[in-house]
Amino acid sequence: MNKMESMTGAKALMTAMEKEGVKQVFGLPGGANLPMYDEFTRCNIRHILVRHEQSAAHMADGFGRVSRKPGVCFATSGPGATNILTGIATAQADSAPMIAITGQVPVNMIGKDAFQESDIIGMANPVVKYAFQPRTAGEIPEVVKKGFFIAESGRPGPVLIDIPKDVQTNEAPMNFPDEFKIQGYSPWADPDIVNVERAIDMLLHAEKPIILAGGGTIISSAFAELQSIAEALMLPVVTTFKGKGAFPENHPLSLGPIGMHGHAEANKMMAEADCVLAIGTRFSDRSVGTFEAFEKRLKIIHMDVDPAEIGKNQTAQIAVIGDVRVNLRVMVKLLLQKAIKKTEETPWLKHVKETKAYWKENLKLHPGEMGAAKILRKLRELLPKESIVTTEVGQHQMWASLFYDVIQPGTFFSSTGLGTMGWGFPAAIGAKVAKPDVPVVDIAGDGSFSMTENSLATAVLEDIPVIVFLLNNSSLGMVAQWQRTFYNRRMVGVDQKSCPDYVKLAESYGAQGIRAQSMDELDKAIKTALSSNVATVIDIPIDPEEDVLPFVAPGTSLSEMILPS
Amino acid sequence: MWAILSLLVENKPGILFKVTHLFRSRNFNIDSISVGVTENPEYSKMTITTYGDEKQIDQIVKQLDKMIDTVKVEHLDEHKTVYRELSLFKIKLSNANDSMEINKLANAYGGKVHDVKKDSIMVELTATPDQIKAFEELAKPFGIIDVARTGVAALQRSGA
Repeated sequence: MNKMESMTGAKALMTAMEKEGVKQVFGLPGGANLPMYDEFTRCNIRHILVRHEQSAAHMADGFGRVSRKPGVCFATSGPGATNILTGIATAQADSAPMIAITGQVPVNMIGKDAFQESDIIGMANPVVKYAFQPRTAGEIPEVVKKGFFIAESGRPGPVLIDIPKDVQTNEAPMNFPDEFKIQGYSPWADPDIVNVERAIDMLLHAEKPIILAGGGTIISSAFAELQSIAEALMLPVVTTFKGKGAFPENHPLSLGPIGMHGHAEANKMMAEADCVLAIGTRFSDRSVGTFEAFEKRLKIIHMDVDPAEIGKNQTAQIAVIGDVRVNLRVMVKLLLQKAIKKTEETPWLKHVKETKAYWKENLKLHPGEMGAAKILRKLRELLPKESIVTTEVGQHQMWASLFYDVIQPGTFFSSTGLGTMGWGFPAAIGAKVAKPDVPVVDIAGDGSFSMTENSLATAVLEDIPVIVFLLNNSSLGMVAQWQRTFYNRRMVGVDQKSCPDYVKLAESYGAQGIRAQSMDELDKAIKTALSSNVATVIDIPIDPEEDVLPFVAPGTSLSEMILPS
Repeated sequence: MWAILSLLVENKPGILFKVTHLFRSRNFNIDSISVGVTENPEYSKMTITTYGDEKQIDQIVKQLDKMIDTVKVEHLDEHKTVYRELSLFKIKLSNANDSMEINKLANAYGGKVHDVKKDSIMVELTATPDQIKAFEELAKPFGIIDVARTGVAALQRSGA
């Protein structure tokens, strides 16, 4: 038997994280997590300092989505812990793996309203996949092991580990287990051959079949399987916004995202389809419009790793529960065995292609030189296809969905579920840490960027050169659009009045700031940013009156799009 | 429909909070809840009764099952289940005959009488929620001073 080594809880935490392969932690120190911080001086884990804990959580989130391993963030007790809540909720809404570790007041002070005490376990419960609060130092190795397993397995999500200060400092003999049991948790399901076979049959007998790929397709990296099925069955592919880039958007069968700001051709075809192969999606209201209208006309084959998603928002005729990649592989195999390979274009596919061609030609775009479509197509033209793009939340995000085509699957990430403004920039920093060799661009708007812009300090001081591609309309543009559309142009609380000057702001942090007011300047700016080894903000002033269109108003169906007039 | 859910959960602090919080955050309602440790002190058994259509009940069961702290979640078929609730009624005695009448009523429902005072009487009744409701209706004219109910405990019949 191994002799158990005695060490402090803090040391055990760092040792356990090293065993999980953690290379860096995004965080901010404070009174209640100082023992853990002290351990950074004695271990091989890099600490990346943030200026606000929310950003630490978003960085860990961005790292986790790109690397598919949980990113780790640290915060102190009380306000430090409450500051990461938004980041935790964001990761939960988008099923991103994350480990959040908070300091807590000592065990005997819990419940005494001590200084910087907050019941973070109670507050975080509804927005975490799981939360631990070890009460003795000896529990820490197993808690960390279980925490990482829960965060990254099945449907990924954030795990909170709240560690009282005395649990960090107490010494105990430590056993680092290789095996453990979590009785109420079994994230694996066997491949479901029977239902996959039924699904193929249903797709073959449908007149107007379509594939709807959701975020789960990206989380399980089922890109090759998806493409091979779409090609073998000659099925058009739409995605949810979270699933954007699950399928190459320059592929002839790709129609792009559906939803509130989906592509016109995607919404039109989704509204006409009679059978959908829905992969790793929860049928969110932003994707499907009204639930009732969506459900009535469709036969739904629903593949998802989370059994609770089956029947939550839509009733499926066929449910395939389990990792979508595992079951899509079964489908690929069955199609090969049965030698199913369509070559003849159906009237439906012909109609789909005509519709796509029509909208590619006829969607009216902003007439100015610096319209959103032109700006984002320029970015696409100059960015290598393996580049990673994150977005903030707002109009620019939806323009990115409409006009920035993802060529290489799994290179586009956004806060789609919670819609957290301020997510994109810190998430880009986390993404760049995960993949330092590819360009990482945050497609941003001024409203959203201003919420976490102080992460420029992290990007500069920690030498993480990401690009902020700032579509600057000096306003909270999406809210302004709703006020123009639904509130008869009664504009309230949306004017940001060109404050601050983002070039100067970038420079004050030691980053590079470039203003691009014409296509020529934009071309140069993107090239300069790509060849620089310092974080760069490209400030692109745009027309504050430009709306994101098409637009499916809330509570209406996908066929009722508002189009540019 | 009315549904009886039986949950085997880990006997740890905070689980009751998580279960009840799930009902709140998913917009479901708890009709009654009872919790007690099982023969194995590692687990507790929670019995929850709730209302919803078939789709809602299915969703509640799935969401509860998804919780990492729940070991087993069952939607019990009430026709194949023994389910009982304990209730205590404090009832007013106004007339000379009331005590006898209430005694008769309690007997009819298999209840027991406790704490007979000059102007009140207490009845203990272990029965199904429907029977308790029926008793309550009949006891109302006497004047109910106070009621305490435990919530349903339920076990599936063997071989059912």
